Amino acid sequence: MYRPVHQVLLASVIALAVAACGENLESAGPLGDLTTAPESISGQTITLVTHDSFVLSDGVLDAFTRATGVGVVQRAAGDTGQMVATAILTGDNPLGDVMFGVDNTFLQRALDADLFEPYVSPALSGVPEGLRLDSRHRVTPIDYGDVCINYWIDRFDDDLPPPQSLADLADPAYRGLLVVQNPETSSPGLAFLLATISEYGNGWEDYWRALRDNDVLVTAGWEEAYYGAFVSGGGDRPIVVSYASSPPAEVVYADPPVTEAPTGVVTDTCFRQVEFAGILSGTQHRAASEALIDFMLTPIFQEDLPLSMFVYPAVESTALPRVFLDHVDTPVAPHHLDPATIGANRNMWTERWTDLVLR
Amino acid sequence: MDRSGSPLGRLSNRGLLLVALAPVTFLTVFFVYPIASILWRGATSDIGSLLESFGKPTFVRVVWFTLWQAAASTALTVVIALPTCHLLALHRFRGRAALRAATTVPFVLPTVVVGGAFTALFDRLGLVGGVFRVHHTIWAVLLAHVFFNVAVVVRTVGSFWEGMGVGPEEQARSLGASPWQALRWVTLPRLGPALASAASIVFLFCLTSFGVILILGGPTMATLETEVWRHAVWRGDLPSATALAVVQLVAVVAAVAVTNRLQRRLVVPGRQQAGRLPKPARHLLAANLAGVGLLIGLPVAVLLERSLSTHGGYSFRNYSALADRVDLLPVSSLVALSNSLLFAVLATGMAVVVGGLASVVVVHGRHWTSRLLDLGMTLPLGASAVTLGFGMLIALDEPPLDVRSSRWLVPVAHALVGVPFVIRILVPTLRSVDARLREAAAVLGASPTSVRMEVDLPIAWRGLLVGAGFAFAVSIGEFGATSFLPRSPDRLTAPLALFRLLGTPGEALRGQAMALAVVLMGLTACAVLAIERVRGPIRGSL
Repeated sequence: MYRPVHQVLLASVIALAVAACGENLESAGPLGDLTTAPESISGQTITLVTHDSFVLSDGVLDAFTRATGVGVVQRAAGDTGQMVATAILTGDNPLGDVMFGVDNTFLQRALDADLFEPYVSPALSGVPEGLRLDSRHRVTPIDYGDVCINYWIDRFDDDLPPPQSLADLADPAYRGLLVVQNPETSSPGLAFLLATISEYGNGWEDYWRALRDNDVLVTAGWEEAYYGAFVSGGGDRPIVVSYASSPPAEVVYADPPVTEAPTGVVTDTCFRQVEFAGILSGTQHRAASEALIDFMLTPIFQEDLPLSMFVYPAVESTALPRVFLDHVDTPVAPHHLDPATIGANRNMWTERWTDLVLR
Repeated sequence: MDRSGSPLGRLSNRGLLLVALAPVTFLTVFFVYPIASILWRGATSDIGSLLESFGKPTFVRVVWFTLWQAAASTALTVVIALPTCHLLALHRFRGRAALRAATTVPFVLPTVVVGGAFTALFDRLGLVGGVFRVHHTIWAVLLAHVFFNVAVVVRTVGSFWEGMGVGPEEQARSLGASPWQALRWVTLPRLGPALASAASIVFLFCLTSFGVILILGGPTMATLETEVWRHAVWRGDLPSATALAVVQLVAVVAAVAVTNRLQRRLVVPGRQQAGRLPKPARHLLAANLAGVGLLIGLPVAVLLERSLSTHGGYSFRNYSALADRVDLLPVSSLVALSNSLLFAVLATGMAVVVGGLASVVVVHGRHWTSRLLDLGMTLPLGASAVTLGFGMLIALDEPPLDVRSSRWLVPVAHALVGVPFVIRILVPTLRSVDARLREAAAVLGASPTSVRMEVDLPIAWRGLLVGAGFAFAVSIGEFGATSFLPRSPDRLTAPLALFRLLGTPGEALRGQAMALAVVLMGLTACAVLAIERVRGPIRGSL
């Protein structure tokens, strides 16, 4: 497809800028002189629409502006569902130029609404094939995370070892221990339902019948599950649907400080959520928007993701923070479903799930 | 109604039109136009499936549940709040102002926090499982609705009762009626208009309840508000969401029409001396006071305890942490608090101006148009955050109204909810300005203008302040509409920050969230106590 030569140049400029600034943002001063970015985009200002969870360390976006001369205005537009619904409603007059944060569970809905313009970033080569879920490159994978069964380590011992698989959760030995979220109102809840569908195929309904018989507790959202019913918040259920990155968060935000996470992850139960960025259709700043997508795949941006949003950088070679290396069990083969399959079936699946589990 | 005695004297139709211009414009641009736009978009996108969704059995069930839970919550709130109203109205005692302020604090607490506190309480009291299970039942929802809305009844009915005096009751008693007979046959009928008015406001709040239903009601419960959200945001089904939103709007309009009709009937008589109650009633009152105290006090105490509890005993560490930015938030909690304060001040300012002008029109207007304004200005109180938020996004996107990304839009959305409070307090106040007081002033030779300046304005001003306090509190606690409006990340508000803090594991984050909630409560309490201070001579309805 058509891609101006200056984009490749720009990517090199950013790579250079990042190399020059290295780990330390404070010493990024000289970057300001590196204004070799294409004349055409320098001085432009673009708007980046994100979900409310999007946050970066101070100075990361400034590095982009210094390297390219492009200013970035940020707009937070609610959670992922709100943001996608908003983008679809405002499709003929978009809120911005680039959108960050649509995930594989909402992707098909966004693509069906023609929200994005295709763009192949030169930096995409660093991203594993498995994360590139749109063959037409309307969106670019930026980060990923895994929704997994978490358990409170102290509640398990030799007599009752931690569950190892989805099947274990339906075992009477684990009766009354699990709390999940409603897939009709919660993002991790939906991801967990998708994990069971990926595992059991057409047998997923039988699996959920068994979970129901095993006294599974359902809450509307993650907060009520993790802080209400799960041991961590004072509840009595030691197994919860959360994230693979929840244990490091338990360490980073512990009080008192701890060296070991109090929770563990059952790696065979994980569903992979990939977050994408895309150029919103109809942008007047196509070149500057491409530059921002490229920037999201540079080390300076990628390395900032784990501790800001507790997700994994999409670029494979990105260095991970210590706490992620020490406290995360990365699933070897997480569950996944094709976004088109999710898009076509999710409403039907969640309706069926509601009939099975809640009625 | 005879308008000749209205406090600002007669206003010419042209003058009235001029006064009406600002509130009508405000309402049309920021409420009517956005709501109409989103409903039109939803209706025209797929009229077939919109009409289809009216016939679904779940649709009928949701409508029915929404209506009856709102009615039950309202009835329960009124019954529980009534003795407290009595106590606050007819008895002078130490701590009266504090108690009145305390009933108002929960009214503005973020539901996600209250939900957590209630859940913890149910857990501690053993009400999560077993026979006496409350959690995830309708009882938890009813209890939370009472918790949130007691203030509305206490203020509406309480101040009316205070102004009503106890003369007829004493006559009835001297004619041999028992205290209960006097209450049943004399007091309750006299309270009628105020009671019905308060009940309809509470009904409106419970009709649009969102967080309470999802968090405390559990996954099987659904109201029109939660279903509009689920269909619009979660399922991407705009036609069904529109069908639900239309039904909700109809219900809200009906409730507001009833409210306003009763408000107009609400006549505030002159104040009399506070009376004394017969002895047996005192035990009941004490019991009620203890009950309301526990209902409001326990969840608040849970939050306070949690905010202070840190590793190695109680400390203020969670509070000092509010000043530091955690990596998960674009700004520190303290900055979020100051954003909220700024928004609240702006929203209050707008609500006072718009509500004040609208009140003048409502009081002086003789046409159905002024009643329509009264109705329209109250609707945002029962508006769905989803409908309003999406409506603003698609309606206010082109010059000259390209304001959907403006930093002013958040306070505007807050002000929309604050305006009805200002009107509801100011209108009865303006109507009740003692005609004799003005006549006396006129007899003593004051010109109409100086009567207006020296008699009417001071009284109206105090009413305006009371309304301003409510508008302030509503803005400080607002979550839903704010989350739908695109914001610059550094304009994070305190309720949004709180929600984000509770969205990631870690004891330190939770502690900070609790501290933030307590500070929010403190700010609200300060605002409400400030209201109490100017409340004395007011004869408003809230």
